[in-house]
Amino acid sequence: MNFKHKYLFLLPGLLVLLAILIFPIGFTVRLSLSSWDSFYPALDFIGIENYVRLFTDDARFWEAFGRLSLLSVTTVFLQYVIGFGLALIVWKEIAFQRFFRVLFLIPMMTTPVIMTVIWRTFFHESLGPVNDILSHFNLAPLWLSSETLSKFTVMIVEVWQWTPFMFLLLLAGLLSLPKEPFLAASIDGAGPIRTFVYVTFPLMAPISIGAIIIRLIEASKIMDTVYVLTSGGPGTATETSSFYIFIKGLREFQFGYSAALSLTYLIIMIISFTIIAKILVKLMVRGN
Amino acid sequence: MRVLYTSLKYLAVVLWSTFVIAPFLWAVSTSFKDFQSVTNGATYIPWVDFEPNLEGWRALWKSPAQGGVDIVEPFFNSVFVTASGSLISIVLGTLAAYALSRFTFKAGFIRNGDITFFFISQRIMPPVVLAIPFFIMLGKFSLLDTLAGLIIVYIVLLMPIAVWIMVDFFNKVPVEIDETALIDGCNPLQAFYKVVLPNSIPGIIVAGMFCMIFGWTDFFFSFILTFTEVQLLPVAIVALNSSITPWWSLSAAALVSVAPLVLVAFIVERYLSKGNLSGALK
Repeated sequence: MNFKHKYLFLLPGLLVLLAILIFPIGFTVRLSLSSWDSFYPALDFIGIENYVRLFTDDARFWEAFGRLSLLSVTTVFLQYVIGFGLALIVWKEIAFQRFFRVLFLIPMMTTPVIMTVIWRTFFHESLGPVNDILSHFNLAPLWLSSETLSKFTVMIVEVWQWTPFMFLLLLAGLLSLPKEPFLAASIDGAGPIRTFVYVTFPLMAPISIGAIIIRLIEASKIMDTVYVLTSGGPGTATETSSFYIFIKGLREFQFGYSAALSLTYLIIMIISFTIIAKILVKLMVRGN
Repeated sequence: MRVLYTSLKYLAVVLWSTFVIAPFLWAVSTSFKDFQSVTNGATYIPWVDFEPNLEGWRALWKSPAQGGVDIVEPFFNSVFVTASGSLISIVLGTLAAYALSRFTFKAGFIRNGDITFFFISQRIMPPVVLAIPFFIMLGKFSLLDTLAGLIIVYIVLLMPIAVWIMVDFFNKVPVEIDETALIDGCNPLQAFYKVVLPNSIPGIIVAGMFCMIFGWTDFFFSFILTFTEVQLLPVAIVALNSSITPWWSLSAAALVSVAPLVLVAFIVERYLSKGNLSGALK
Protein backbone atom coordinates (compact mmCIF):
# COMPACT_ATOMS: atom_id res chain seq x y z
CA MET A 1 0.00 0.00 0.00
CA ASN A 2 1.33 3.44 -0.77
CA PHE A 3 0.18 6.94 -0.29
CA LYS A 4 1.80 10.26 -1.08
CA HIS A 5 1.07 11.80 2.30
CA LYS A 6 2.58 8.86 4.18
CA TYR A 7 5.20 11.19 5.68
CA LEU A 8 2.41 13.02 7.53
CA PHE A 9 2.16 9.92 9.70
CA LEU A 10 5.83 9.16 10.20
CA LEU A 11 7.52 12.52 10.38
CA PRO A 12 5.92 14.18 13.44
CA GLY A 13 7.14 11.43 15.76
CA LEU A 14 10.47 10.91 14.03
CA LEU A 15 11.31 14.62 13.88
CA VAL A 16 10.35 15.25 17.50
CA LEU A 17 12.53 12.36 18.66
CA LEU A 18 15.43 13.44 16.45
CA ALA A 19 15.10 17.07 17.55
CA ILE A 20 15.27 16.11 21.21
CA LEU A 21 18.11 13.61 20.73
CA ILE A 22 20.46 15.09 18.14
CA PHE A 23 21.80 17.79 20.40
CA PRO A 24 22.43 15.57 23.44
CA ILE A 25 24.27 12.93 21.43
CA GLY A 26 26.30 15.38 19.35
CA PHE A 27 27.08 17.40 22.43
CA THR A 28 28.20 14.33 24.39
CA VAL A 29 30.63 13.41 21.62
CA ARG A 30 32.07 16.93 21.59
CA LEU A 31 32.13 17.13 25.38
CA SER A 32 34.09 13.89 25.63
CA LEU A 33 36.93 15.61 23.75
CA SER A 34 37.11 18.49 26.21
CA SER A 35 38.36 18.93 29.75
CA TRP A 36 35.19 20.67 30.99
CA ASP A 37 35.00 20.44 34.77
CA SER A 38 34.01 22.69 37.65
CA PHE A 39 37.40 24.45 37.71
CA TYR A 40 37.52 25.09 33.99
CA PRO A 41 33.96 25.09 32.60
CA ALA A 42 34.63 25.55 28.89
CA LEU A 43 34.50 23.53 25.74
CA ASP A 44 38.20 23.33 24.93
CA PHE A 45 39.72 20.62 22.78
CA ILE A 46 42.08 18.07 24.32
CA GLY A 47 41.78 15.29 21.74
CA ILE A 48 41.34 11.79 23.05
CA GLU A 49 43.01 12.44 26.41
CA ASN A 50 39.84 11.48 28.31
CA TYR A 51 39.68 8.16 26.50
CA VAL A 52 43.35 7.46 27.18
CA ARG A 53 42.74 8.10 30.89
CA LEU A 54 39.70 5.84 30.81
CA PHE A 55 41.52 2.90 29.26
CA THR A 56 44.82 3.23 31.09
CA ASP A 57 44.14 4.87 34.41
CA ASP A 58 40.64 4.15 35.69
CA ALA A 59 40.35 0.77 37.38
CA ARG A 60 37.22 1.95 39.20
CA PHE A 61 35.27 2.26 35.94
CA TRP A 62 36.17 -1.26 34.85
CA GLU A 63 35.42 -2.66 38.31
CA ALA A 64 32.02 -0.96 38.21
CA PHE A 65 31.49 -2.48 34.79
CA GLY A 66 32.40 -5.96 36.01
CA ARG A 67 30.02 -5.56 38.95
CA LEU A 68 27.25 -4.39 36.61
CA SER A 69 27.77 -7.45 34.39
CA LEU A 70 27.62 -9.75 37.40
CA LEU A 71 24.52 -8.05 38.80
CA SER A 72 22.57 -7.85 35.57
CA VAL A 73 23.38 -11.33 34.26
CA THR A 74 22.62 -12.98 37.61
CA THR A 75 19.39 -11.09 38.26
CA VAL A 76 18.08 -11.51 34.72
CA PHE A 77 18.85 -15.23 34.87
CA LEU A 78 16.99 -15.55 38.19
CA GLN A 79 14.10 -13.44 36.86
CA TYR A 80 13.87 -15.67 33.80
CA VAL A 81 13.88 -18.95 35.73
CA ILE A 82 11.43 -17.74 38.40
CA GLY A 83 9.26 -15.80 35.93
CA PHE A 84 9.04 -18.81 33.59
CA GLY A 85 8.21 -21.12 36.51
CA LEU A 86 5.45 -18.84 37.79
CA ALA A 87 4.07 -18.31 34.29
CA LEU A 88 3.92 -22.08 33.72
CA ILE A 89 2.10 -22.59 37.03
CA VAL A 90 -0.64 -19.99 36.51
CA TRP A 91 -0.90 -20.79 32.80
CA LYS A 92 -2.61 -24.07 33.72
CA GLU A 93 -5.59 -24.58 36.02
CA ILE A 94 -4.86 -23.50 39.58
CA ALA A 95 -7.01 -22.26 42.43
CA PHE A 96 -7.39 -18.45 42.45
CA GLN A 97 -5.66 -18.32 39.05
CA ARG A 98 -6.53 -14.70 38.27
CA PHE A 99 -5.73 -13.51 41.79
CA PHE A 100 -2.22 -14.93 41.53
CA ARG A 101 -1.75 -13.50 38.05
CA VAL A 102 -2.57 -10.01 39.35
CA LEU A 103 -0.45 -10.45 42.46
CA PHE A 104 2.58 -11.61 40.48
CA LEU A 105 2.32 -8.53 38.24
CA ILE A 106 2.10 -5.95 41.02
CA PRO A 107 5.81 -5.32 41.80
CA MET A 108 6.56 -4.09 38.26
CA MET A 109 3.81 -1.47 38.63
CA THR A 110 5.51 0.07 41.67
CA THR A 111 8.11 2.80 41.47
CA PRO A 112 11.53 1.16 41.96
CA VAL A 113 13.05 3.97 44.04
CA ILE A 114 10.05 4.16 46.32
CA MET A 115 9.94 0.43 46.96
CA THR A 116 13.69 0.56 47.51
CA VAL A 117 13.12 3.10 50.26
CA ILE A 118 10.78 0.54 51.86
CA TRP A 119 13.32 -2.26 51.29
CA ARG A 120 15.90 -0.15 53.06
CA THR A 121 13.77 -0.11 56.18
CA PHE A 122 12.99 -3.80 55.63
CA PHE A 123 16.68 -4.73 55.61
CA HIS A 124 17.61 -2.20 58.28
CA GLU A 125 20.29 -3.90 60.32
CA SER A 126 18.93 -3.12 63.78
CA LEU A 127 15.30 -1.99 63.30
CA GLY A 128 14.16 -4.03 60.28
CA PRO A 129 11.96 -7.14 60.36
CA VAL A 130 14.43 -9.41 58.56
CA ASN A 131 17.09 -9.14 61.21
CA ASP A 132 14.44 -9.20 63.91
CA ILE A 133 13.33 -12.63 62.73
CA LEU A 134 16.90 -13.82 62.16
CA SER A 135 17.87 -12.68 65.67
CA HIS A 136 15.88 -15.64 67.02
CA PHE A 137 18.52 -17.80 65.35
CA ASN A 138 21.28 -15.56 66.67
CA LEU A 139 22.00 -14.18 63.23
CA ALA A 140 22.47 -10.53 62.37
CA PRO A 141 23.63 -10.28 58.77
CA LEU A 142 24.80 -6.83 57.60
CA TRP A 143 22.48 -6.54 54.60
CA LEU A 144 23.55 -3.04 53.64
CA SER A 145 27.02 -2.57 55.06
CA SER A 146 28.82 -5.80 54.22
CA GLU A 147 30.69 -5.82 50.93
CA THR A 148 29.46 -9.22 49.76
CA LEU A 149 25.99 -9.17 51.25
CA SER A 150 25.08 -5.70 49.96
CA LYS A 151 25.42 -7.00 46.38
CA PHE A 152 23.09 -9.81 47.32
CA THR A 153 20.58 -7.33 48.80
CA VAL A 154 20.59 -5.30 45.58
CA MET A 155 19.92 -8.54 43.68
CA ILE A 156 16.98 -9.46 45.95
CA VAL A 157 15.38 -6.07 45.35
CA GLU A 158 15.97 -6.28 41.59
CA VAL A 159 14.51 -9.78 41.39
CA TRP A 160 11.45 -8.69 43.37
CA GLN A 161 10.93 -5.65 41.15
CA TRP A 162 11.43 -7.13 37.71
CA THR A 163 10.53 -10.84 37.80
CA PRO A 164 6.92 -9.70 37.09
CA PHE A 165 8.01 -8.17 33.78
CA MET A 166 9.58 -11.47 32.71
CA PHE A 167 6.47 -13.26 34.01
CA LEU A 168 4.19 -10.97 31.96
CA LEU A 169 6.09 -11.44 28.69
CA LEU A 170 6.37 -15.21 29.17
CA LEU A 171 2.74 -15.71 30.24
CA ALA A 172 1.54 -13.64 27.28
CA GLY A 173 3.73 -15.88 25.13
CA LEU A 174 2.41 -19.11 26.68
CA LEU A 175 -1.19 -17.97 26.19
CA SER A 176 -0.55 -17.31 22.51
CA LEU A 177 0.95 -20.75 21.77
CA PRO A 178 -0.94 -23.03 19.35
CA LYS A 179 -2.75 -26.01 20.96
CA GLU A 180 -1.90 -28.73 18.40
CA PRO A 181 1.68 -29.53 19.52
CA PHE A 182 0.45 -30.11 23.08
CA LEU A 183 -2.34 -32.39 21.85
CA ALA A 184 0.18 -34.34 19.80
CA ALA A 185 2.49 -34.64 22.81
CA SER A 186 -0.27 -35.92 25.08
CA ILE A 187 -1.38 -38.45 22.44
CA ASP A 188 2.22 -39.69 22.33
CA GLY A 189 1.96 -40.12 26.12
CA ALA A 190 4.55 -37.48 27.07
CA GLY A 191 4.60 -36.48 30.76
CA PRO A 192 4.83 -32.88 31.97
CA ILE A 193 8.62 -32.83 31.98
CA ARG A 194 9.00 -34.30 28.49
CA THR A 195 6.29 -31.96 27.19
CA PHE A 196 8.16 -29.00 28.60
CA VAL A 197 11.55 -30.05 27.22
CA TYR A 198 10.37 -31.04 23.76
CA VAL A 199 7.34 -28.80 23.15
CA THR A 200 6.89 -25.81 25.46
CA PHE A 201 10.50 -24.70 25.74
CA PRO A 202 11.32 -24.84 22.02
CA LEU A 203 8.06 -23.06 21.15
CA MET A 204 8.86 -20.39 23.72
CA ALA A 205 12.48 -19.92 22.56
CA PRO A 206 11.89 -16.79 20.44
CA ILE A 207 9.80 -15.15 23.16
CA SER A 208 12.34 -16.13 25.82
CA ILE A 209 15.18 -14.59 23.83
CA GLY A 210 13.20 -11.37 23.34
CA ALA A 211 12.29 -11.17 27.02
CA ILE A 212 15.86 -11.84 28.21
CA ILE A 213 17.30 -9.21 25.89
CA ILE A 214 14.72 -6.59 26.94
CA ARG A 215 15.43 -7.27 30.59
CA LEU A 216 19.22 -7.24 30.07
CA ILE A 217 18.94 -3.85 28.38
CA GLU A 218 16.89 -2.46 31.26
CA ALA A 219 19.09 -4.12 33.90
CA SER A 220 22.23 -2.64 32.36
CA LYS A 221 20.91 0.81 33.25
CA ILE A 222 20.46 0.01 36.94
CA MET A 223 21.32 2.90 39.22
CA ASP A 224 18.16 4.22 40.98
CA THR A 225 17.95 1.18 43.22
CA VAL A 226 21.64 1.32 44.03
CA TYR A 227 21.48 5.04 44.72
CA VAL A 228 18.69 4.68 47.27
CA LEU A 229 19.64 1.33 48.79
CA THR A 230 23.38 1.62 49.33
CA SER A 231 24.59 4.76 47.48
CA GLY A 232 27.07 2.44 45.80
CA GLY A 233 28.54 1.43 49.12
CA PRO A 234 29.94 0.23 51.32
CA GLY A 235 32.96 1.80 49.61
CA THR A 236 32.35 0.95 45.98
CA ALA A 237 30.93 -2.55 46.65
CA THR A 238 27.65 -1.97 44.81
CA GLU A 239 28.70 0.79 42.42
CA THR A 240 27.49 0.13 38.87
CA SER A 241 28.65 1.82 35.65
CA SER A 242 25.70 4.23 35.52
CA PHE A 243 26.19 5.17 39.14
CA TYR A 244 29.91 5.75 38.67
CA ILE A 245 29.27 7.99 35.64
CA PHE A 246 26.64 9.82 37.68
CA ILE A 247 29.20 10.48 40.43
CA LYS A 248 31.87 11.67 38.01
CA GLY A 249 29.47 13.86 36.04
CA LEU A 250 26.86 15.19 38.40
CA ARG A 251 28.62 14.97 41.77
CA GLU A 252 32.22 15.85 40.85
CA PHE A 253 31.19 17.85 37.76
CA GLN A 254 33.87 16.34 35.51
CA PHE A 255 31.56 16.81 32.53
CA GLY A 256 34.20 16.13 29.87
CA TYR A 257 35.47 12.94 31.42
CA SER A 258 32.02 11.60 32.25
CA ALA A 259 30.95 12.16 28.63
CA ALA A 260 33.84 9.95 27.53
CA LEU A 261 32.77 7.35 30.12
CA SER A 262 29.16 7.54 28.89
CA LEU A 263 30.03 6.96 25.25
CA THR A 264 32.39 4.10 26.05
CA TYR A 265 29.74 2.51 28.26
CA LEU A 266 27.06 2.93 25.58
CA ILE A 267 29.26 1.39 22.87
CA ILE A 268 30.24 -1.55 25.09
CA MET A 269 26.53 -2.09 25.84
CA ILE A 270 25.52 -2.12 22.18
CA ILE A 271 28.32 -4.54 21.28
CA SER A 272 27.55 -6.87 24.20
CA PHE A 273 23.82 -6.97 23.46
CA THR A 274 24.52 -7.87 19.85
CA ILE A 275 26.85 -10.70 20.93
CA ILE A 276 24.52 -11.92 23.69
CA ALA A 277 21.55 -11.96 21.30
CA LYS A 278 23.58 -14.10 18.83
CA ILE A 279 24.66 -16.51 21.58
CA LEU A 280 21.12 -16.85 22.93
CA VAL A 281 19.72 -17.60 19.49
CA LYS A 282 22.39 -20.31 19.05
CA LEU A 283 21.82 -21.84 22.47
CA MET A 284 18.04 -21.83 22.50
CA VAL A 285 17.06 -22.37 18.90
CA ARG A 286 19.76 -24.52 17.36
CA GLY A 287 19.94 -26.79 20.41
CA ASN A 288 16.50 -28.08 19.52
CA MET B 1 3.82 -38.32 41.96
CA ARG B 2 0.80 -36.25 41.01
CA VAL B 3 0.23 -35.19 44.64
CA LEU B 4 3.88 -34.30 45.05
CA TYR B 5 3.79 -32.19 41.90
CA THR B 6 0.64 -30.34 42.99
CA SER B 7 1.92 -29.61 46.49
CA LEU B 8 5.25 -28.36 45.13
CA LYS B 9 3.32 -26.10 42.79
CA TYR B 10 1.26 -24.57 45.58
CA LEU B 11 4.30 -24.31 47.84
CA ALA B 12 6.10 -22.28 45.15
CA VAL B 13 3.10 -20.02 44.60
CA VAL B 14 2.63 -19.38 48.32
CA LEU B 15 6.35 -18.70 48.91
CA TRP B 16 6.57 -16.25 46.03
CA SER B 17 3.33 -14.52 47.05
CA THR B 18 4.70 -14.03 50.56
CA PHE B 19 7.85 -12.48 49.10
CA VAL B 20 5.76 -10.19 46.87
CA ILE B 21 3.47 -9.05 49.68
CA ALA B 22 6.05 -8.75 52.48
CA PRO B 23 7.32 -5.20 51.78
CA PHE B 24 3.74 -3.93 51.37
CA LEU B 25 2.62 -5.43 54.68
CA TRP B 26 5.67 -3.97 56.38
CA ALA B 27 4.94 -0.53 54.88
CA VAL B 28 1.27 -0.64 55.92
CA SER B 29 2.23 -1.60 59.46
CA THR B 30 5.01 1.00 59.65
CA SER B 31 2.74 3.78 58.40
CA PHE B 32 0.70 3.55 61.64
CA LYS B 33 3.71 3.68 63.96
CA ASP B 34 5.33 6.54 65.82
CA PHE B 35 8.90 7.32 66.86
CA GLN B 36 8.73 4.97 69.87
CA SER B 37 7.47 1.91 68.05
CA VAL B 38 9.97 2.32 65.21
CA THR B 39 13.12 2.86 67.25
CA ASN B 40 12.51 0.14 69.83
CA GLY B 41 13.12 -2.60 67.26
CA ALA B 42 10.86 -4.24 64.73
CA THR B 43 7.16 -4.42 65.59
CA TYR B 44 4.48 -5.88 63.38
CA ILE B 45 0.88 -6.10 64.50
CA PRO B 46 -1.00 -2.96 65.56
CA TRP B 47 -2.61 -3.05 69.04
CA VAL B 48 -0.59 -6.18 69.87
CA ASP B 49 2.98 -5.02 69.22
CA PHE B 50 2.41 -1.27 69.23
CA GLU B 51 -0.27 1.37 69.65
CA PRO B 52 -1.22 2.55 66.12
CA ASN B 53 -1.79 6.21 65.30
CA LEU B 54 -2.47 8.25 62.19
CA GLU B 55 0.46 10.70 62.41
CA GLY B 56 2.19 9.23 59.36
CA TRP B 57 -0.93 9.68 57.26
CA ARG B 58 -1.78 13.11 58.64
CA ALA B 59 1.73 14.34 57.79
CA LEU B 60 0.97 13.84 54.10
CA TRP B 61 -1.40 16.80 54.15
CA LYS B 62 0.71 19.13 56.25
CA SER B 63 3.31 21.52 54.87
CA PRO B 64 6.96 20.86 55.76
CA ALA B 65 6.82 23.92 58.04
CA GLN B 66 4.28 22.11 60.22
CA GLY B 67 6.48 19.02 60.31
CA GLY B 68 4.62 17.37 57.42
CA VAL B 69 5.78 15.97 54.09
CA ASP B 70 3.61 17.79 51.59
CA ILE B 71 3.18 15.23 48.81
CA VAL B 72 -0.07 16.61 47.39
CA GLU B 73 1.59 18.95 44.92
CA PRO B 74 4.28 16.44 43.87
CA PHE B 75 1.49 13.90 43.36
CA PHE B 76 -0.37 16.12 40.92
CA ASN B 77 2.87 17.17 39.21
CA SER B 78 3.60 13.49 38.64
CA VAL B 79 0.10 12.89 37.30
CA PHE B 80 0.40 15.87 34.93
CA VAL B 81 3.87 15.02 33.59
CA THR B 82 3.10 11.32 33.19
CA ALA B 83 -0.25 11.97 31.49
CA SER B 84 1.06 14.65 29.11
CA GLY B 85 4.21 12.71 28.25
CA SER B 86 2.19 9.54 27.65
CA LEU B 87 -0.46 11.30 25.59
CA ILE B 88 2.03 13.02 23.27
CA SER B 89 4.06 9.82 22.94
CA ILE B 90 0.98 7.73 22.15
CA VAL B 91 -0.33 10.17 19.51
CA LEU B 92 3.02 10.61 17.75
CA GLY B 93 4.01 6.98 18.31
CA THR B 94 0.72 5.58 16.96
CA LEU B 95 0.93 7.72 13.81
CA ALA B 96 4.54 6.72 13.22
CA ALA B 97 3.82 3.07 13.96
CA TYR B 98 0.93 3.09 11.47
CA ALA B 99 3.15 4.57 8.81
CA LEU B 100 5.90 2.03 9.52
CA SER B 101 3.46 -0.85 9.45
CA ARG B 102 1.57 0.12 6.26
CA PHE B 103 3.74 2.20 3.95
CA THR B 104 7.22 1.62 2.54
CA PHE B 105 9.95 4.11 3.23
CA LYS B 106 13.27 4.22 1.44
CA ALA B 107 16.09 6.69 1.92
CA GLY B 108 19.51 5.48 0.85
CA PHE B 109 20.14 2.26 2.73
CA ILE B 110 17.43 3.02 5.29
CA ARG B 111 14.26 0.90 5.22
CA ASN B 112 11.19 0.62 7.46
CA GLY B 113 12.91 -1.90 9.74
CA ASP B 114 15.80 0.49 10.34
CA ILE B 115 13.46 3.35 11.26
CA THR B 116 11.52 1.10 13.65
CA PHE B 117 14.80 -0.04 15.17
CA PHE B 118 15.90 3.59 15.58
CA PHE B 119 12.76 4.33 17.58
CA ILE B 120 12.97 1.25 19.78
CA SER B 121 16.74 1.39 20.27
CA GLN B 122 16.35 4.60 22.27
CA ARG B 123 15.50 2.32 25.20
CA ILE B 124 19.12 1.09 25.18
CA MET B 125 20.33 4.58 26.01
CA PRO B 126 21.24 4.71 29.73
CA PRO B 127 19.57 7.74 31.33
CA VAL B 128 22.91 8.86 32.75
CA VAL B 129 24.29 9.33 29.21
CA LEU B 130 21.53 11.82 28.38
CA ALA B 131 21.45 13.52 31.77
CA ILE B 132 24.30 16.02 31.35
CA PRO B 133 23.41 17.19 27.82
CA PHE B 134 19.73 17.44 28.79
CA PHE B 135 20.77 19.44 31.82
CA ILE B 136 22.70 21.89 29.64
CA MET B 137 20.12 21.94 26.83
CA LEU B 138 17.13 22.60 29.11
CA GLY B 139 19.20 25.24 30.90
CA LYS B 140 19.75 27.04 27.58
CA PHE B 141 15.99 27.21 26.94
CA SER B 142 15.21 28.08 30.60
CA LEU B 143 13.32 24.80 30.92
CA LEU B 144 15.23 23.44 33.89
CA ASP B 145 13.03 22.91 36.93
CA THR B 146 9.80 23.20 34.89
CA LEU B 147 7.06 20.72 34.06
CA ALA B 148 7.45 21.45 30.33
CA GLY B 149 11.14 20.47 30.46
CA LEU B 150 10.29 17.16 32.08
CA ILE B 151 7.55 16.43 29.56
CA ILE B 152 10.05 16.91 26.70
CA VAL B 153 12.39 14.41 28.34
CA TYR B 154 9.55 11.96 29.01
CA ILE B 155 8.71 11.92 25.29
CA VAL B 156 12.16 10.44 24.60
CA LEU B 157 11.57 7.92 27.35
CA LEU B 158 8.08 6.87 26.33
CA MET B 159 7.76 7.20 22.56
CA PRO B 160 9.99 4.16 21.91
CA ILE B 161 7.60 2.07 24.03
CA ALA B 162 4.55 3.38 22.17
CA VAL B 163 6.13 2.70 18.76
CA TRP B 164 7.33 -0.76 19.82
CA ILE B 165 3.88 -1.91 20.97
CA MET B 166 1.89 -0.21 18.21
CA VAL B 167 4.01 -1.44 15.26
CA ASP B 168 3.45 -5.02 16.40
CA PHE B 169 -0.20 -4.28 16.96
CA PHE B 170 -0.78 -2.74 13.52
CA ASN B 171 1.11 -5.63 11.93
CA LYS B 172 -1.60 -7.89 13.38
CA VAL B 173 -4.52 -5.72 12.16
CA PRO B 174 -5.39 -7.06 8.70
CA VAL B 175 -4.62 -4.65 5.84
CA GLU B 176 -8.02 -5.59 4.36
CA ILE B 177 -9.65 -3.26 6.92
CA ASP B 178 -7.80 -0.29 5.46
CA GLU B 179 -8.41 -1.45 1.89
CA THR B 180 -12.16 -1.82 2.37
CA ALA B 181 -12.32 1.70 3.72
CA LEU B 182 -10.31 3.00 0.76
CA ILE B 183 -12.63 1.24 -1.70
CA ASP B 184 -15.59 2.81 0.09
CA GLY B 185 -14.18 6.18 -0.91
CA CYS B 186 -12.22 7.25 2.14
CA ASN B 187 -8.83 8.85 1.62
CA PRO B 188 -6.04 7.25 3.65
CA LEU B 189 -6.29 9.88 6.39
CA GLN B 190 -9.99 9.19 6.82
CA ALA B 191 -9.41 5.46 6.61
CA PHE B 192 -6.96 5.79 9.46
CA TYR B 193 -9.07 7.72 11.91
CA LYS B 194 -12.50 6.38 10.97
CA VAL B 195 -11.70 2.70 10.55
CA VAL B 196 -8.22 1.72 11.71
CA LEU B 197 -8.12 3.78 14.89
CA PRO B 198 -11.40 2.46 16.37
CA ASN B 199 -10.09 -1.07 15.72
CA SER B 200 -6.84 -0.30 17.51
CA ILE B 201 -8.23 0.69 20.90
CA PRO B 202 -6.90 -2.45 22.68
CA GLY B 203 -3.39 -1.81 21.35
CA ILE B 204 -3.54 1.85 22.30
CA ILE B 205 -4.67 0.96 25.81
CA VAL B 206 -1.81 -1.50 26.24
CA ALA B 207 0.68 1.06 24.92
CA GLY B 208 -0.87 3.70 27.17
CA MET B 209 -0.53 1.47 30.23
CA PHE B 210 3.12 0.81 29.55
CA CYS B 211 3.82 4.51 28.97
CA MET B 212 2.08 5.28 32.25
CA ILE B 213 4.09 2.65 34.13
CA PHE B 214 7.45 3.78 32.80
CA GLY B 215 6.56 7.47 33.18
CA TRP B 216 5.14 7.22 36.68
CA THR B 217 8.02 5.11 37.96
CA ASP B 218 10.84 7.20 36.52
CA PHE B 219 13.07 8.83 39.07
CA PHE B 220 16.38 9.75 37.56
CA PHE B 221 15.39 12.54 35.15
CA SER B 222 13.16 14.40 37.56
CA PHE B 223 15.90 13.97 40.16
CA ILE B 224 18.50 15.62 37.91
CA LEU B 225 16.40 18.18 36.05
CA THR B 226 14.27 19.72 38.80
CA PHE B 227 15.28 21.39 42.07
CA THR B 228 12.86 23.50 44.05
CA GLU B 229 10.03 24.83 41.87
CA VAL B 230 8.82 21.51 40.58
CA GLN B 231 9.00 18.24 42.43
CA LEU B 232 7.72 14.88 41.28
CA LEU B 233 6.47 12.24 43.67
CA PRO B 234 9.42 9.80 43.62
CA VAL B 235 11.88 12.63 44.22
CA ALA B 236 9.77 14.00 47.07
CA ILE B 237 9.65 10.60 48.74
CA VAL B 238 13.33 9.78 48.26
CA ALA B 239 14.14 13.19 49.72
CA LEU B 240 12.46 12.00 52.94
CA ASN B 241 14.84 9.08 53.01
CA SER B 242 17.94 11.23 53.37
CA SER B 243 16.80 13.36 56.30
CA ILE B 244 16.25 11.93 59.79
CA THR B 245 13.89 9.37 58.43
CA PRO B 246 10.29 9.55 59.63
CA TRP B 247 9.57 5.94 58.67
CA TRP B 248 5.83 6.28 59.34
CA SER B 249 5.13 9.16 56.93
CA LEU B 250 7.65 7.71 54.49
CA SER B 251 5.67 4.45 54.39
CA ALA B 252 2.34 6.26 54.08
CA ALA B 253 3.67 8.40 51.22
CA ALA B 254 5.13 5.35 49.49
CA LEU B 255 1.81 3.52 49.67
CA VAL B 256 -0.04 6.53 48.24
CA SER B 257 2.36 6.76 45.32
CA VAL B 258 2.28 3.07 44.57
CA ALA B 259 -1.50 2.59 44.83
CA PRO B 260 -2.69 4.13 41.51
CA LEU B 261 -0.62 1.81 39.36
CA VAL B 262 -1.47 -1.29 41.33
CA LEU B 263 -4.90 -0.84 39.74
CA VAL B 264 -3.16 -1.08 36.37
CA ALA B 265 -2.13 -4.63 37.31
CA PHE B 266 -5.81 -5.61 37.29
CA ILE B 267 -6.33 -4.12 33.81
CA VAL B 268 -3.18 -5.79 32.47
CA GLU B 269 -4.40 -9.13 33.83
CA ARG B 270 -7.80 -8.70 32.12
CA TYR B 271 -6.13 -8.08 28.78
CA LEU B 272 -3.76 -10.97 29.38
CA SER B 273 -6.59 -13.41 30.14
CA LYS B 274 -8.54 -12.27 27.09
CA GLY B 275 -5.47 -12.91 24.94
CA ASN B 276 -5.19 -9.31 23.78
CA LEU B 277 -1.69 -8.84 25.14
CA SER B 278 0.03 -11.69 23.36
CA GLY B 279 -0.05 -9.90 20.04
CA ALA B 280 0.86 -6.54 21.44
CA LEU B 281 3.83 -7.73 23.47
CA LYS B 282 5.82 -9.84 21.08
